[in-house]
Formats: sequence, structure tokens, C-alpha cells
Amino acid sequence: MTKPKALLIDITKCIGCQACVYACKEANNLPETENDEAELSPTAYTVVKEKDEVYYRRLCMHCNDPTCASVCPVKAFEKTPNGPLIYHSKKCIGCRYCIQACPFNVPTYEWKSTKPLVRKCTMCAERQKQGKISACAEACPTGATIFGDRDQLLEEARKRIKENPELYVNHIYGEKEAGGTSVLMLSNVPFETLGFRTDLLEEPLSQLTWKIMSKIPNYVVVSGVLLYGLYWIINRRMELAELEDKSTDSHKSKKTIDQT
Amino acid sequence: MRLPFKFTFWKGVLVIIWILGLIATIVRFSRGLGASTNLSDQFPWGLWIGFDILCGIGLAAGGFTIAAIVYIFHIKRFYPILRPTILTAFLGYIMMIAGLLFDLGQPWRIWHLLIYWNPHSVLFEVGWCVMLYTTVLALEFSPIAFERLGWGKPREWIRRVTIPLVIAGVILSTLHQSSLGSLYLIMPEKLYPFWYSPNIPFLFFLSAVAAGCAMVIFESHLSFRAFGHRLRLNLLADLGRVMLVTLVVYAILRIQDFSGRGVWAHIFENRTETQLFWLEALVGVIAPVILLSIKRIRLSTKGLYYASVCTITGFMLNRLNVTVTGMQASSGVSYFPSWMEISITLAIIATGFFVFSLAVKYLPVFHYPEANSRPQTVAPAERIAMRK
Repeated sequence: MTKPKALLIDITKCIGCQACVYACKEANNLPETENDEAELSPTAYTVVKEKDEVYYRRLCMHCNDPTCASVCPVKAFEKTPNGPLIYHSKKCIGCRYCIQACPFNVPTYEWKSTKPLVRKCTMCAERQKQGKISACAEACPTGATIFGDRDQLLEEARKRIKENPELYVNHIYGEKEAGGTSVLMLSNVPFETLGFRTDLLEEPLSQLTWKIMSKIPNYVVVSGVLLYGLYWIINRRMELAELEDKSTDSHKSKKTIDQT
Repeated sequence: MRLPFKFTFWKGVLVIIWILGLIATIVRFSRGLGASTNLSDQFPWGLWIGFDILCGIGLAAGGFTIAAIVYIFHIKRFYPILRPTILTAFLGYIMMIAGLLFDLGQPWRIWHLLIYWNPHSVLFEVGWCVMLYTTVLALEFSPIAFERLGWGKPREWIRRVTIPLVIAGVILSTLHQSSLGSLYLIMPEKLYPFWYSPNIPFLFFLSAVAAGCAMVIFESHLSFRAFGHRLRLNLLADLGRVMLVTLVVYAILRIQDFSGRGVWAHIFENRTETQLFWLEALVGVIAPVILLSIKRIRLSTKGLYYASVCTITGFMLNRLNVTVTGMQASSGVSYFPSWMEISITLAIIATGFFVFSLAVKYLPVFHYPEANSRPQTVAPAERIAMRK
């Protein structure tokens, strides 16, 4: 079995050349746009953004236990064992719960289409099947984005922080966020200043709903029995009360007969 | 020119709403969601989810509440309002499904819910419950049509399965009324703390029961004014009491929840969320609780009417606060529905009213044997049911 793959993005090495963006477009057959897109969109699965001369990437984090896959009512998302979180477009009904729920605000929707689909980074699942690495990692000239086994990349990230503690903030983004992700990031500035949420739970968000959802079968059985029991008891007592009323009535009428 | 029907002000309004709704519908399906709505990747759920679905389903909660009161608790004196309530609930669910078909990106794939299962998804559960419960409502409503058609046999079949149907209805309703709240459990970092709560399923359920009862009261008043149907004040006053108890329990739960999560610190911050929260609390909980606590008001037609209007308004504010106000800050954009989103919602509501008035006219909704005669055995039965 292959080990789960991951991407390690070292923000300190990114020079903002956009090579990953173009490679991504080519690999996924996305149309070229005149200007570089500022935000993720159905035609940009990754973007390079800049804040105070720090360049960083946005893309699907490929969570280990993805929120989108948990909320999708028709199982259109699937986390594959080797890393990529893939989208089965033929299943999608367009409820957009994935976009609403994603803690990283990644999935985008084809709002302009009359047969819209959700679009996001695929971690080049198709290329990986052919034994290639992701297009962005292949194109990156500085090694800011590298591709490899998740456990090895984590080790590499720890090593870089240890060797250069003045440069890096002591945080591997994606190691624990929302239960851990297949995209890992290193930075020289705190992640929240770049707009990454650092207040996410360490347990997968899907646990928050599963705690409730898993109780439903029990609830159905117990409440079914209780409600029927309640109905039966009240019904029975009514019948008895009716009988009682009748017998007292007949008793009374007997008395009146006796009296006459 | 002589029209075959009387052209009144409200019919004029109805026609205008329908025309606008039709234009919006054409744009929605020929040019897509982007052209017709103000939704975006930052704000993917708007008015249609917040109003048509979350409010629509909640306000139809009277259906299962009254059915349970009549059939499971045997409080038969509620029988006269059972049918109009079932009809409202049934129409409410149909309207909500109509709204959903506008909102879904690919509505023609809605049947995928039947074959691709994801038991982890709250929406999967909501979808199934809504499908099943709409079927239950259709069956609960069917005797009315059978009576009109004079079909004795199917009427009898339905009568035999009434109890299992009602029980299924109560279970399904409890599940999805609360699950509409559970949809937001997975977004602790997105929904503003006034509304995000681990207790949100219970809060949604309780508020739906209160709003469902309020709808029954409200609707009885409307039918009274529009069709001259008898107003049964004693029944409505009892529903008012149910509302009062539910709202008080709801308020206690919310106060507890605020304390548990330390939200009190935020309740006087100068933000839109705070203002809308207070509006929701004042209109939807505090005002009706005060009104209904005063016996003289609770036992008056007007008092009940105002209390129910408050509860319904507050309920809708709550659902819109969850879907729109509470998501605003984390989304980073400000969303307000487009005129097309609004006209489609209005057109759906207007059609609902229209169908309701037709049904009342042509079907035995208000006048049926059980509604007018009171069987002899009811009195002791009520005593027992009340004693429990």
C-alpha cells in the first residue's frame, strides 16, 4: 500500500512567480484569464497571494477527515487513501453545503453556469495515478512547494523549524488543523496575519455532527415505542372510563326502576 | 369589459407577484444562480435557504403538534382545527420543496438523495425526513380529498393506519426540525456566537413547536376574517398556553447556553448582530411570554393574535439571523437578497395562500363530521388526557 501523499508549502521560499498557478491551469485544462486571479474560482484551483511582501498559496487543504465529504448529502466528495480529496461531479446536486461548511473556505461554485458544479484543487489525483507528482510541485522553481509522503514531509517541516527557529514560526499549518490535512505549510509570519484560521478545532469538524447523527437510529426506535405506548395507555384508560360511565349509568337507571 | 371574477386589490397584488416571480424564474433557469441571486462563494446560502426552507418548515410544525395532540394524547376537542392545520403543513412542505428546486444548482438531480447515501450528512437526514414526512402529510390529508370524491374504501384504509402515520410524522418532524439547526453544528468558526450553540438542535425544535402553534392561531384568525369560519377561542387559548410553556423552556435553555459559553460579554457590543439579536429576543420571546402570561390577554382573541404574530416574526428573525446575520462577519461580505430572490420567495408564498383558499372553498377542510359533532365519550377522555 502506498503511503498518503502530501504537499509541503514553505512560504519563506515562495517568490510569487505564479508558475504553480499556470501549471495547475494546464494540468486541469482550466481557461487562461487575462489577469492573475486574486481569489480561488472555478478557473483557479490555486492562487498566489501577497501580503507585505510575503507570498503564500491558497488551495484545497485535502483534510484527512474532510468537512465537505462529511456534509455532502450525496457523497460527492471522497478522501482517497493516498491523499487527494476528489469530487464526483456526476453525483453533485448543487446544495452548496460543502462551500458553506468548509473551514478553509476553499470550494468554489460555477455561479455563471446553468449546470453548475463545485470546483477545487484535485491534488492532481489523475497525474498521481500515472505516477507523477502534482503539477504545482513540479513547476515550482524554488522548492517552495514540494510533494511527498505526508509523514516524511512532516519530519522535513519539523527539521526546518528546528534548524532555523529564528526564521520560522513554530507552527506547521495543517498538521493538526481540523483533524490534520494533506497540505502542510511553513511560514515566517504568524498564519493568522495571512488570513489563515488558527482557531480551528484539532478534532475533525465532522465529529460535531456525528455525535448527534449517530444517535438517530436509537431515537427512532425509542420514541416510536414510547409514542405508541402513550397512545395505547391513554386509549385504554379512555375505554375503561367509558365502561365505568356506562355501568354507573345502568346502575343509576336500575335504582330508578327500583324506586318506582 | 366584464371579468368572470371580481378583481380585488389582493388579486391585483397576487398577479403582480406572479409576473415578477415568473420573470425571475426564467432568469434563474436560463442564466443560472449567479445572474439571478446575490449568492457567492463567500455567501453560498441566502434567502431561499434561510426563509423558504428554514422558516417554511418551522412554521409548518403545527401539523405534527396538533396531530399528536389529537391522536396520541386523545384530546379530541382539537379536532376542529386538525384539518386546516394538516392542510397548512402539507402546503408548507410543498412550498418549501418548490423553494429548494430554485436553490439547488442542479435540481433535476434531486433524486440522487435516494441512491447516494451519506449517513454522516445532516442534509442527507433532512432530505430523507422531508421526503418521508411530506408523504405522511399527503396521506394524512388524503381523507379530505377522498371524502370530497366520495371514495369510501381508501378513506377507510387511511383511517386504519392513522396512528402509525401520526407516530411516524412526530418522529420524522422532531428529527428534521432539530436537524435544520444541526446543519450549523459543523460551523463553530463561522456562525456568530449568539446563534452557534451545541444545543442548536434542541433550540430549533422548541422554537418550531412554538412557531407552529402560533401559526395555527394566526391562520385561524385569517380564516375567520376571510371565510367567516367560527373561531374557537377556548382551543386557541389552550394552544397559547402550549406556546407560553415552550417559549419559557426555550428562553431558559438559551440563557443557560449563553452562560455556558460566556456570550453575555458580547450582548451590549455595538454591532449589527447585537441589535438583531435583541430584536429577535424582544419580539420573538420576551413580548409573547409577557402577553401570554397575562390571563386576560391569553383568553382574548386580539391578545392571542398579537402574541402569535410576535412569535412568528421572532421565529423568522431567528432563522434569518442564523442563516444571514450570523454568517455575515465570518464571510467577509455583506449579503442582501436580489429582487429576483425576493420575488421568487414571494411568488411561492402567494401561490401557497392561493391554493389554500381554493382548497378551503372546494374541500371539506373546515366543515366535516368530526369537527361539528362532539361525541359523547370525549368529555371523560379529555379529563384523563389532561390528568396525565
